[in-house]
Amino acid sequence: MYEDVTAIPPDSVGLVTPARLQFTEPLALTSGGVLSSYELVYETYGSLNRNASNAVLVCHALSGSHHIAGYHAPDDAKPGWWEHHVGPGKSLDTTRLFVVACNNLGSCFGSTGPASINPATGRPYGPDFPMITVRDWVESQARLADRLGIDRWLAVIGGSLGGMQALQWAIAYPQRIAHAIIIAAAPKLTAQNIAFNEVARQAILTDPDFHGGRFYDQGTEPRRGLRLARMLGHITYLSDDIMRQKFGRDVRGGKLNFDYQVAFEVESYLRHQADTFVGRFDANTYLLMTKALDYFDPAGETGGDLAAALRGVKADSLVLAFTSDWRFAPARSREIVKALHDNDLNVSYAEITAPHGHDAFLMRIPRYTEILSAYLERALASAA
Amino acid sequence: MTPSRVDFRIIADWIRPQSRVLDLGCGDGTLLDDLARSKGASGYGLEIDDGLVTACIKRGVNVIQTDLDAGLSEFDEGSFDFVILSLTLQAVKYPDRLLREMLRVGTEGIVTFPNFGHWRTRWQLGLLGRMPVSRALPHEWYNTPNIHLCTLRDFAALCRREGIQVLESQVVDHAHRPRFGLRLFPNLLGEIALYRFRRARVP
Repeated sequence: MYEDVTAIPPDSVGLVTPARLQFTEPLALTSGGVLSSYELVYETYGSLNRNASNAVLVCHALSGSHHIAGYHAPDDAKPGWWEHHVGPGKSLDTTRLFVVACNNLGSCFGSTGPASINPATGRPYGPDFPMITVRDWVESQARLADRLGIDRWLAVIGGSLGGMQALQWAIAYPQRIAHAIIIAAAPKLTAQNIAFNEVARQAILTDPDFHGGRFYDQGTEPRRGLRLARMLGHITYLSDDIMRQKFGRDVRGGKLNFDYQVAFEVESYLRHQADTFVGRFDANTYLLMTKALDYFDPAGETGGDLAAALRGVKADSLVLAFTSDWRFAPARSREIVKALHDNDLNVSYAEITAPHGHDAFLMRIPRYTEILSAYLERALASAA
Repeated sequence: MTPSRVDFRIIADWIRPQSRVLDLGCGDGTLLDDLARSKGASGYGLEIDDGLVTACIKRGVNVIQTDLDAGLSEFDEGSFDFVILSLTLQAVKYPDRLLREMLRVGTEGIVTFPNFGHWRTRWQLGLLGRMPVSRALPHEWYNTPNIHLCTLRDFAALCRREGIQVLESQVVDHAHRPRFGLRLFPNLLGEIALYRFRRARVP
């Protein structure tokens, strides 16, 4: 298929085409709402073995998508967001695993979301799109698994908000998941974390171009708000150290101009991140995703007792955290580890030394790769 | 560390089948792996070293990367049948606190440590006037991780003070032979000491 595409590295899954499935059975949501029908867009890499025992689900984070590996076109500037982990011979070895990545409901990369057409009105949902929670995502992913003929995942893997989905899978479907790999996650957000999300949401909600979420009808979008939200997010995804390392106080052009144009390199970085986000990401999706983060709290139903919330879990788990991650600090991952070992479950925890902050879960870090490979190797061996 | 480490064999003899075990400073997971196979034991290892944690994951041993000096507060009281601390007591910041913690989270504790009362260390310090370097204590004074060295008698005294009841103890020499002299003069001839203990019952 991609033999003659010379630009694509041989250890890539190569050219991939997203698939799309329509679901007509109504999905009852945590919020009390119902999604009468919806579509999920997903990608798969590798092939499902005869007894369907080699399937792995990768869940994405706030701004992620189903495109985790390979290229949609030979001239794509970038491959999928987890390219260095997913491919032939990589930690998620596509010659042996069947890797599935699904775009979450409410997202803006193809699955049904706020920008989709509401069949009831014939216009984009906008603010009428129901609030979606991590539990709802897992429910929709379970239906996708049914359609793909996967009774039980060998592993459900995710970083950040994706890690919350992996944990929720272990809680909601103990019989359908052998291993949970929970990376740079937390069992619930702290007040500080919710506060960051709220500032981001306020930036969007108060943008005059937001129009109460019906900006599609106005042919505009809340660019300023979305840009600010993204800039704030990026500050919290990096550590102080890596910012110092990457930008320091370096000044563009070597001299100060005494105006409000970009002076420091860090300003240039944030503006660039904001620029590339706008036009690619939907403001209503940003609101929805941050709310899904805020609401996630499996222990909320057990009086704050996480171990009690995890009582039915059967999966073995690998929990990973990164030393410089202050948005989802290692101590938060340890809360998950404790709740798992309080239930006498098999769990391993590694803290990976990395300067990148929360962004580390997306990075190429040798020990990270080695641990993921080793863990999945054993998972595969025990499934065989 | 090799699977033939003699203290591991003695520890394995002490562990009852199907026990829940916590191994403090579990290294590459050899002991827990052995105990799982030979005794059907299950549990977790705690380890701080990156490479050793990765080795445990490769082996399929449950490992939690952590610093023992931070304590065992994440484990609830009575979670384990055995808590093992093998050749690590001398390297922690607060050995007395850790012993107490071991008997909080576990019913029985097993500790092994290099005996500083061995005649060769006494000889080096007492007669040659140098800090001892031996097979069991291979580091120089300036780069040793072993900051809390003790002798058999020191350990026994600490146990008495902490209300810890020693259930069983043994010493081995560097060749790990159970020699006659070892029983007669354990604090002089034993290189590695092994203790199994529990909290003394309050009368």
